[in-house]
Amino acid sequence: MMDALPQENGDYVASLNMRPLDIERGERLLYRLTEFGRLLWESGINVGPRQMLDLAETLNYVDLTNKEDFYETMKCSLLTRHELEPLFDQLFLYYWYLRDNPNKKDDVKGAAKRVERQMRLPPSERKRLAEHMNATEQRKDLRSEMRQTDRRRLKDDRDYDDEDDLGDPQGTAYSAIERLRKKDFENFTWDEVQEAKRLMAEMRWNLGLRATRRKAPSRKGAYPDMRRIVRRNLKYGAELIELTWRETKRKPRPLVIICDISGSMSLYSRLLLHFIHTISNGLMNVEAFVFGTRLTRITRQLKKRDVDEAVRDVSKSVQDWSGGTRIGDALHIFNQKWARRVLGRGAVVLIISDGWDRGDSTLLQAEMDRLQHSCHRLIWLNPLLGSPDYRPLTVGMKTALPYIDNFLPAHNLDSLISLGNLLSSIDDSRPARDAVSRKKAVEAWSRPVR
Amino acid sequence: MEQESLTTIDDVQRAMFAQNYIADRSLATVVFLALKRRKPLLLEGEPGVGKTEVAKVLAAILNTKLIRLQCYEGIDVSTAVYEWNYTRQMLHIRMMEAGGANRQEELKEIFGPDFLMQRPLLQAIDPANAAPPVLLIDELDRSDEEFEAYLLELLSDFQITIPEIGTIQAKEPPFVVITSNRTREIHDALRRRCLYYWIDYPTLEKEYNIVVTRMPDVPERLARQVCTFVRELRSADLYKAPGVAETLDWISSLLALHQMELVEGPVRDTLGALLKYQDDVLKVGGSDLGKMLQKARGAS
Repeated sequence: MMDALPQENGDYVASLNMRPLDIERGERLLYRLTEFGRLLWESGINVGPRQMLDLAETLNYVDLTNKEDFYETMKCSLLTRHELEPLFDQLFLYYWYLRDNPNKKDDVKGAAKRVERQMRLPPSERKRLAEHMNATEQRKDLRSEMRQTDRRRLKDDRDYDDEDDLGDPQGTAYSAIERLRKKDFENFTWDEVQEAKRLMAEMRWNLGLRATRRKAPSRKGAYPDMRRIVRRNLKYGAELIELTWRETKRKPRPLVIICDISGSMSLYSRLLLHFIHTISNGLMNVEAFVFGTRLTRITRQLKKRDVDEAVRDVSKSVQDWSGGTRIGDALHIFNQKWARRVLGRGAVVLIISDGWDRGDSTLLQAEMDRLQHSCHRLIWLNPLLGSPDYRPLTVGMKTALPYIDNFLPAHNLDSLISLGNLLSSIDDSRPARDAVSRKKAVEAWSRPVR
Repeated sequence: MEQESLTTIDDVQRAMFAQNYIADRSLATVVFLALKRRKPLLLEGEPGVGKTEVAKVLAAILNTKLIRLQCYEGIDVSTAVYEWNYTRQMLHIRMMEAGGANRQEELKEIFGPDFLMQRPLLQAIDPANAAPPVLLIDELDRSDEEFEAYLLELLSDFQITIPEIGTIQAKEPPFVVITSNRTREIHDALRRRCLYYWIDYPTLEKEYNIVVTRMPDVPERLARQVCTFVRELRSADLYKAPGVAETLDWISSLLALHQMELVEGPVRDTLGALLKYQDDVLKVGGSDLGKMLQKARGAS
């Protein structure tokens, strides 16, 4: 009977046809486990010391000479996310099989390649793995780099202090900032970009609240708080004299940002990434994606506190900087793979794009329709909208326009501030999405400039 | 079967098979470890691949109670853990008052176990349980962060404090199975407490085995064709690919129509058992359906 049962998971380890795993017991094994744990941690699979201790305990229950069981035990104890499975497999293979076999280099390469094809490791992860293969040298570099950054920071701080000492008259400083706020991003000088980054970091973000299904005690409310009522009224005997209430708890909505980083947006995209970084660090619940010809999720990279580091990480993981645009395809992938996971709980969606689309417009239309139906508010930011004579005439923009709830510019700091105001004003009411109001909105936008 | 008699991974796999659940060795390994280490099992995967079923099978294998907590947004202590029976409390106070009882005595009594309504989590750790039950926390992704944080606390020491009564602790921790469809990310802290397993769609061979195990009277030819067709669908560009549950559903629909193999007309009429979005039905029901069916028929 057992023969009939499928065993395909872990097959790839078996298929490598290598010498059986020599597992050392006792301290040596513990040492290797720790080392492997560190390798995972450095590659972005977050493994804590508690998990490692737990794993050491768990391994007592399996037969360590059975390499499949060993692999499965490691995986279920250390890996906590399905997305990271290919990376884990690759690292497992590298650490427990390939690393100690340097003379069989060709074999190793072949094997790694075979596995890679089988597991379809995304290029970004492949690159990361390659980086970790020569980790020691990197660590050296990293240390010197860290020292350098520290030095630079010190210097920056000093410069900053100097500026303060000069005692810039408030008036000129204010009007300089005012000018900067109105200036189009594409005309920024390098210094202005630095200043803009600083201003963005100071912005405070608020997102409209939504009613949750949770109730919290309050002085007045729609629901009696039975537990407290019974407690408080015990002293009166059986009469209910003091009443206490509970009301619906409110929480900020989740925000999903989908940003275009194709060639036509290249003047804006780096600054916009900074903007996305500040907003995702300023709000509780933000998911971010970028797209050109394909969609990449960058939420994890943006979690880094340091904005430059985060943006560097994003650019490393994105393959299609400044390429063509296929908005329809990107939204299709989003709707299919991500919408169910990130659009729950009355999410607000923010698309940032100039609407230059080289893809199929019927696809774009269908996907926009679907996207609008699955979110609470769909906002489109277009950097070109900043110019007074811009009209949405490109096929992509024209197709998308009827499905947009708010169409806003995103070309200077002021426009980002007004976006902030819009976000904090979002309430429970649904924007009008019927055919008539759609038509009206499109007409209003398409009227020629006088 | 007692937990002690499951001494190897093979035992677990065999026991699950005896309950009509076909588990890969990898899944059996995780279940085995969850039993031995008494750690919660976190199962993720697309809808309809048999996550919930694992808990049911586990309860059947261990011959113990299955306690199920279906999560939803806003689930709180009064629906998940315990609640006082207010109506009864108030009636009781009135009766006591009529009888002229001592106030201090009253107070003690109405916050006693008689007036406590146990919800699933409290039931699961009740020291009165003869054997540790299987606690299924279904679709945890539907609950909110507050509940997740509460759960984290519960899963670490399996005790619940009720201010009026005191701390209740399980004699022996229950077997916990948590499932998630990933409509929201489960927090890392909770993930790390658990053994994690991703249940994938089954291979063709495995799905066929599942079908004939679960529905012994299905004609072999139909089963083969359906599995081939469904497998093809999963690689198509759909909003919601059919899970194993949908495959089984579809076969029973086809059997109800007395079909012995896949024929275009009846297939078209029953696509709703397999696909749950109108866009998907339109796409699959389009021009290629005939070709796909031919391919599926050719494979058997």
